[in-house]
Amino acid sequence: MRVSFTLNGTVTQAEVPPGTTLMELLRGLGAVSVKDGCARGDCGSCAVLLDGRAVTACLLFAGQVEGRQVRTAEGLADEVGLHPLQQAVLDAGGVQCGFCTPGILMAAVDLLDRIPDPTEAQIREGLAGNLCRCTGYVKIVDGIRDAAAMLAATGRTTDGEEAGDG
Amino acid sequence: MAEKYEVVGHNERRVDGTALVTGKPVFVADLPERPGTLHLALLTSPHAHARIRAIDTARAEALDGVALVLTHENTPDRTYTTAGQGYPEPSPYDTRMFNPKVRFVGDRVAAVAADSLATARAALGLIDVEYEVLEPVLSIDAALAEGAPLVHDEPCPDAWDAEHNIAAYSEAVAGDVEAGLAAAHTTVDVTIETHYGQHVPIEPHVVSSYLDEHDRLVLVSSTQVPFHARRIVGRLLDVPIHRIRVIKPRIGGGFGVKQEILIEDLLALTTLRTGRPATMSYTREQEFHASRTRHPMRIRVRLGADEDGTLQAIDMDVLSNTGAYGTHSLTVLSNVGSKTLPLYNLAPDVRFIGKAVYTNLPVAGAYRGYGATQGQYAMEVAIDQLAEALGMDALELRARNHIRTGGTSPIFRALGEGREGVEQTVSSCELEACIEIGADRIGWATKRGRRHREGSWVHGIGMSVHMQGSGIPLIDMAAASIKLNDDGSINLDVGATDLGTGSDTVLGQIAAEVLALPLEKVIVTSSDTDRTPFDTGAYASSTTYVSGTAVQRAAVAVRDQLIAAAAEMLDADPTTLEVASERVSDPDGDSVSFEKIALRALYGENQHQIAATASSVPESSPPPFIASFAEVAVDTDTGQIRVLDYVVAADCGTAVHPKLAEGQIEGAVANGIGYALVEDLAIDDRGRPRAIDLGRYKIPAATDLPRIETILVDSYDPTGPMGAKSIAEIGINAPLPTIANAVHDATGIWLTESPFTSERVLQALRAQGSGSGTG
Repeated sequence: MRVSFTLNGTVTQAEVPPGTTLMELLRGLGAVSVKDGCARGDCGSCAVLLDGRAVTACLLFAGQVEGRQVRTAEGLADEVGLHPLQQAVLDAGGVQCGFCTPGILMAAVDLLDRIPDPTEAQIREGLAGNLCRCTGYVKIVDGIRDAAAMLAATGRTTDGEEAGDG
Repeated sequence: MAEKYEVVGHNERRVDGTALVTGKPVFVADLPERPGTLHLALLTSPHAHARIRAIDTARAEALDGVALVLTHENTPDRTYTTAGQGYPEPSPYDTRMFNPKVRFVGDRVAAVAADSLATARAALGLIDVEYEVLEPVLSIDAALAEGAPLVHDEPCPDAWDAEHNIAAYSEAVAGDVEAGLAAAHTTVDVTIETHYGQHVPIEPHVVSSYLDEHDRLVLVSSTQVPFHARRIVGRLLDVPIHRIRVIKPRIGGGFGVKQEILIEDLLALTTLRTGRPATMSYTREQEFHASRTRHPMRIRVRLGADEDGTLQAIDMDVLSNTGAYGTHSLTVLSNVGSKTLPLYNLAPDVRFIGKAVYTNLPVAGAYRGYGATQGQYAMEVAIDQLAEALGMDALELRARNHIRTGGTSPIFRALGEGREGVEQTVSSCELEACIEIGADRIGWATKRGRRHREGSWVHGIGMSVHMQGSGIPLIDMAAASIKLNDDGSINLDVGATDLGTGSDTVLGQIAAEVLALPLEKVIVTSSDTDRTPFDTGAYASSTTYVSGTAVQRAAVAVRDQLIAAAAEMLDADPTTLEVASERVSDPDGDSVSFEKIALRALYGENQHQIAATASSVPESSPPPFIASFAEVAVDTDTGQIRVLDYVVAADCGTAVHPKLAEGQIEGAVANGIGYALVEDLAIDDRGRPRAIDLGRYKIPAATDLPRIETILVDSYDPTGPMGAKSIAEIGINAPLPTIANAVHDATGIWLTESPFTSERVLQALRAQGSGSGTG
């Protein structure tokens, strides 16, 4: 079957067998930041943004993204440099093995998009679907908090757009 | 320390950080698939104990796309150990690649290599296996019972006593422990039981293999032990070491479970037999069923003390369940004593006796903490019980008894890694400060013993103290090579294996510090058996201390060569020259840059490569120390425990990268809290783990944990690179006793069996008469 969707801003078409998951589709297209940690939606390592909301790509079929927007960690940094979340989580020491990191970054983009100035409890709630075995989450939480402050200070959204008045 | 050094002690940008946060293809499964790659699937035993009467693979082999089916009938039958340890491995050779007798649910039966994973999995269903089901051995007691079925009824010469299901035995004696206990003013006698836990690296085991352009076998493996993997695979499959290359890319966590040679042999044999590339990743279910676990143990500790609390006698008796195979059975067992008993070194009478038994249960192996987790749980609960019996404060009792700088223990010499240990004097110990700082931060003075109540929830405070080691003395060996490039940058090639801890960065910092370079001018390459020098691997908290020392020595040698070359250029006495900010300077202020030195050495006069290789085989293993504190709340209606606050004060010597060091503690404590409260393989009465996915084996999410606070206490170890000791394992030992002691403070019950489930807590509360429904 044929799937057409937008991947990190680029219109993308792929031919996949029926039953292909979104995780398999994306990894096959080279978006290997989408990690396979359990293939059952438990670990969150395959989290991507589907129309701006974090979803586990292992639980969706490729066909379900037809005509929709998908964003992965490959789509976070731009020509200027790392996304504030990438920068802040790295600087805070929130990356150890790094395997869960892309999924966590996508969950955090979703979170800051909904709640630009989250409390620690809200950050932890936003990460509840992403398992990390290395860090104990402290420094990931710190990094997301720092990123929120950076975004607020520069008046930008998680997309890198100027924030609106609302 | 930050003032003392330019790079060490600073939170430098990780050398692999940008690649990781941008999702670059750096893990095994991310690398492009080679044309013609075969995918492997594994058939495992549904029985805990059975003999394979017959196995028919004809239908599987006939399936279109299947290239190879491996069983015990067509694979090498030599015995080996999967333990990725130094040679000769101190683990019994009791394992075969495939075995006509299966010994646990998850044991290998067959593997299929096919064009696609779907085909390989379909072929598994076409393999007909006729089992003769045998009576399984499903507990330590069953293994030791008279007339018990034998897990290993074949000749098993290097197990301790396979004819009685004993894989390993360990003992150490100083003084006369029975006399010491008899003479003591106060004694306590505690028995604890621990359960099966699994490491759960988020990246499962994964290996890819291919033949390179010279028909050499290449294994790209998510391994903590690339050099051991090369040796063990080579010996198992009769392939000369020089025909094998093992490459370790980034690893998605290991925690000990990747110190096992679990699937490399399957990939190697498939590629050697077919000539085709091959790949295999464990499923999450296999990670629980067919991988490795933490040894469940039963440990009895008896303590005897004077009236003032000075320990006089310590007796520790250990029964360890190694499961179906004895990988790491002896060394984890001896570590229960060797990493626990020296902490209280005043007692003249000490005895340690341990047995590791075979069962038809999941195979235990190396897991962060490595026996210390179980031993220190028993010891630290016993210490709290002793404090209560003496009417002493738990902090005061520990402060009276714990080892100090300059102290030693007969256990250091008596208990080693599968052989006699090495005499040691503790070269640095800031545990007193750790206890003081941690107690202050948690509010010990105001909260301990108060049993503050909110509705059905009652609060308590607990603590425990811990030690580990820094590598295995006179066994672990590491090497590092450094060469200077045209622009004054260096390549740092290390055998050390960064398993996700950030050790590439830490080792780079040590080289950068010695050579007065910024970290970005250090190009770190780690663990490729063709490209880097040897290292025993990433285990036993060894990398910063053992490999870091090798890096420091190589860097010093390169610095000396830079100085010698600069002396020629400056026409100066080399002993007067100084290295700073990528330059070598003489006392008059004349200087040359590293770049100029490099250009001259490579292209100009006296041409030569400025480079050095150095090794390190430390004679000691300085223990890091921590004091761990928690505040918990216990729901007396439901038995639920909540960890409200967790503080660790740690002495790891110089923290080369403070945030990475804190992260080691925080991650280890998080894992330990999960293990203490909920993580459980939950074996059923037929030996099958109920845990098959992360829904049924819960590891802590961000919402399940308090904000764990780490305080790095000022410390310097004179034997370590720039004063550093290790930090990676120690934190995981803390939550079991810290939480148990906090729950006792809250409720009066002693939790001596893990995990501390609501059901277990409630039963204990009811037994004590303080639970809900008992009035």
